[in-house]
Amino acid sequence: MTDARNLPRPTQNIHEYLAEFDDIPGTRVYTAARARKGYHINQFAMSLMKAENRERFKADEKAYLDEWDISDEGKAALLARDYNKLLDLGGNVYFLAKLFSTDGLSFAEAVSTMTEYTFPEYREMMLRGGRSPEGNRSIKANRAAAGAADSKGAH
Amino acid sequence: MARITAGVASSHVPLLGVAVDQGKTRDDYFGPIFAGYDWTREWEKREKPDVVILVYNDHASAFDMKIVPTFAIGCGERYKSADEGWGPRPVPDVIGDPDLAWHIAQSLILDEFDMTIINEMDVDHGLTVPLSMMFGQPEAWPCKVVPLAVNVVTYPVPSGNRCWALGEAIRRAVESYPEDLNVQIWGTGGMSHQLQGPRAGLLNREWDNKFLDMLEADNDDARWIPHIEYLRETGSEGIEMVMWLIMRGALGRKVKTVHRHYHIPCSNTAIGHIVLEPVEEETAPA
Repeated sequence: MTDARNLPRPTQNIHEYLAEFDDIPGTRVYTAARARKGYHINQFAMSLMKAENRERFKADEKAYLDEWDISDEGKAALLARDYNKLLDLGGNVYFLAKLFSTDGLSFAEAVSTMTEYTFPEYREMMLRGGRSPEGNRSIKANRAAAGAADSKGAH
Repeated sequence: MARITAGVASSHVPLLGVAVDQGKTRDDYFGPIFAGYDWTREWEKREKPDVVILVYNDHASAFDMKIVPTFAIGCGERYKSADEGWGPRPVPDVIGDPDLAWHIAQSLILDEFDMTIINEMDVDHGLTVPLSMMFGQPEAWPCKVVPLAVNVVTYPVPSGNRCWALGEAIRRAVESYPEDLNVQIWGTGGMSHQLQGPRAGLLNREWDNKFLDMLEADNDDARWIPHIEYLRETGSEGIEMVMWLIMRGALGRKVKTVHRHYHIPCSNTAIGHIVLEPVEEETAPA
């Protein structure tokens, strides 16, 4: 007996696969394009796993960053610990986490800086069950819902 | 012959390792999380697995962006705890089983899974936290470990179907190993969590529990969940749950649930834990 589920499925088209990722609100999926763009930011972060590099970085952050092939924009975002900006520049959170720990920040505290909340507010949200997926699944669906609400209001 | 006697899934949040290492596992915050593992720690003492095939992901510890293997198997003699930026966790070295690991690696490659072989690496919280959750704080880990590292960070990560099929191939490989070994397979990571961007902090109790139900079922529907569904429903890091499918795929069609636990939150993450045993099915008459 043939089970339809076990038949080979067509390979997913990479363009369609990637396009869907841009529809998720407040999320930068770590695609190959981002990985390529952020390569040196992530490798810099990786270097902070060594204690002697952490010391050198802390002693003069700017000088340490100048040793890396990172754009001025990237260096500024690193100095400012602007993590959303760093995600846009191809940073990945598991690499950036090396910078969190160099700064002595917990993962949750560093993550909270990317949200609309202060750390105590963020912690409170997590204790209450976290951020709801409702209204957070799809940018297009949110727009459609907002559009429907607007046209309702106009009548 | 060697047999896969059970599958275990568990989150591997680094904060759980901190709680163990700092003796906080029974405080108000961590108590309810660790209570859900008490059953499993007693069960493991009775089960005494010889080897655990431990499916996990490296979090920029052993691998940086220089090399990104999709599926990599540890064939080394031993692995040290990685320094993830605040010093290595004070846990025993992880002892490998190079004979079994190489047997699995060779079998998988003949079975068309083109594995990356690792002979030397340090292992991070993705691997050591599940060991602490299941075995506590022994002087030495009570079993050997075959690390199986999966790329769930750089997209595209392997599909759920591919992960499930890898589990099926691992089972075939284990069952063709002549030594009489009690082997468990663990899938780690998850459940819902998002560690990045303005949507960080997303958790989804309903979806996570639906996923646990799917793992308990006598079918393989879970292998067809597309990546976009994990991303939308469970946060960007919820994709780690594809690693649970490798465990589930290795157990065969029918399983018995012997333990299940779910708790929100641990730091940024929903904690999920399930213990499944394969159920031998009678072959229908031809």
